[in-house]
Amino acid sequence: MTARPSALQRSGRVLLYVVMMAAAAGIMLPFAWMVISSLKQNNQVFTAPVEWIPDPVVWRNYLDIWVRADMVTWVRNTLVLSVAVTALQVLTGSFAAYGFAKMRFPGRDALFLLYIGTIAVPWQSYMIPQFQMISSWGLNNTLWAIMLLQAFGAFGVFLMKQYYESIPDSLSEAARIDGLSEYGIWWRIIMPLSVPALASLTIITFVSTWNDYLGPLIYLRDRSLWTIQLGLQSFIGEYNAEHALIMTGSVLSVLPIALIFLLGQRYFVEGIATTGVKG
Amino acid sequence: MATPVAQEQRTLGLTEPGRPPLRAPRTSLKLRNALIGWTFILPNFLGFAVLTLTPVITLFYISLTSWNIFGAAQWVGLDNFARLIGDKSFHTALGNTFYYAVVHIPVTIVVSLGLALLLNQKLRGAAFFRTVAFFPYITSIVAVAVVWNMLFSPEYGPINQFLSLLVEGDLPGWTVSKDWAMPAVIIVGTWKDMGYYMLLFLAGLQTVPGELHEAARIDGANTWQRFWNVTLPCLRPTMFFVTVMVTIQSFKVFDLILVMTDGGPGQATLVLSQYIYQKGFEQFEFGYASAVAVVLFLICILVTVVQFLYNKRKEA
Repeated sequence: MTARPSALQRSGRVLLYVVMMAAAAGIMLPFAWMVISSLKQNNQVFTAPVEWIPDPVVWRNYLDIWVRADMVTWVRNTLVLSVAVTALQVLTGSFAAYGFAKMRFPGRDALFLLYIGTIAVPWQSYMIPQFQMISSWGLNNTLWAIMLLQAFGAFGVFLMKQYYESIPDSLSEAARIDGLSEYGIWWRIIMPLSVPALASLTIITFVSTWNDYLGPLIYLRDRSLWTIQLGLQSFIGEYNAEHALIMTGSVLSVLPIALIFLLGQRYFVEGIATTGVKG
Repeated sequence: MATPVAQEQRTLGLTEPGRPPLRAPRTSLKLRNALIGWTFILPNFLGFAVLTLTPVITLFYISLTSWNIFGAAQWVGLDNFARLIGDKSFHTALGNTFYYAVVHIPVTIVVSLGLALLLNQKLRGAAFFRTVAFFPYITSIVAVAVVWNMLFSPEYGPINQFLSLLVEGDLPGWTVSKDWAMPAVIIVGTWKDMGYYMLLFLAGLQTVPGELHEAARIDGANTWQRFWNVTLPCLRPTMFFVTVMVTIQSFKVFDLILVMTDGGPGQATLVLSQYIYQKGFEQFEFGYASAVAVVLFLICILVTVVQFLYNKRKEA
């Protein structure tokens, strides 16, 4: 009697492993295709049946793309934006979160409700008035527009607030009694304790700015201002038959993000879990 | 350093411990506290108020004007909204948006919950699988769209090659077919988003107490009964959050469609967000585009409020 359920359980677990591996293969298929195609000659990308191993392996695409496309400019612009937006978001977000999490004053909760309310408001619905406003400041077609657009999001405030609330109030109380000002408590006590949350916010903001397509599409007209996403999209339009080269560009646009993700995966996962659990 | 500290202690009413602080210092303390609190919030709030709140409010005003590239904003009342009623393209966009949402929301929730339950089984290699499943979410939409377009290529794409092994006869034309473009977009949308919601569900599953499962097992509940009567009720807060997020995300879907099909073929995948974009940034009819945007805004708010109320009622 005891052997049967365990055999059943074992076969159940085997089934789970099979499901998991099949799902993993299915999910990774587009990435595999992307990398494999980038190492092929152009006329070998679409073949019947699919060639899963490039023969010969063509590395040339990875040299050609730098000549054929303005990758250096795109990467530079994207880096400038990602770094600036991340710095602003982390700084203002964690600063504001301290006010929301550790201080008590009239109007605080109403203000926070305002932040939460905007979760339900899609950016697409107010992008036109926002564009008019930023244009009226003369910032259309500058990198400043994207920085303004991305830097003050509510996400950073949420994430940091959730984390700060897990830090016992007794710590800041003690520091207050010792005579440390609120700014001092934020900088010397809370910030050092919230390194994991800061890492989460940094990585998530950096990646989402790197990947942003719509903001740059609307604001950045000059080729010299293009980000990697805009550049890649126009490259696809111009060389739409150069499948191998397009896949090379795609690999290059994903590669930095893949590296950051693999190195900082823990922070990614924790950051998303913190904002999600409590809502 | 000594003076500011001493001053701070004085204002905090801490110089003479043991004695209850006087009335005046307490109100000034409150005021001081509020001021300091505001200085923390202000740098972010200023940006937030100017760049998010202001446009949201002006949106409603612009939607009531005839503002376009030729002239300044003229008040036209509800004319733009009246025009929406007879606008065929708007109807198409609205219908397609609901099509996307109605399929994408349940599919994404079921798939990501399924993946989370799978990962929660403490299998070996689960950490690796989590990485894999989350990876599409952090990949840029442009790279995702171009690679999927190639995979979906009707004649030589690997997907149809694979399908031709399973089924005989006509294969779907995917992104070049009016009927199959939307399913193709939904497949990619789900593939890209499910890792994110899987993480949220996974975090929620950690909060389900093990004892409850144990008790249900002793009472003779099978796996399905335990899932339905223990896991799901415990997941309700997570479920609520995920549902709200997926819903909003589905109704505002834009960049995926823009780079994958550009709304085509014809208007087969034209959605509200893209219609706003076309009217506003390609035809420069700011007033009319804003009216469409108000519709999108109201849909999202309404759906969220309904879900919120439903959740409240279930909670009680």
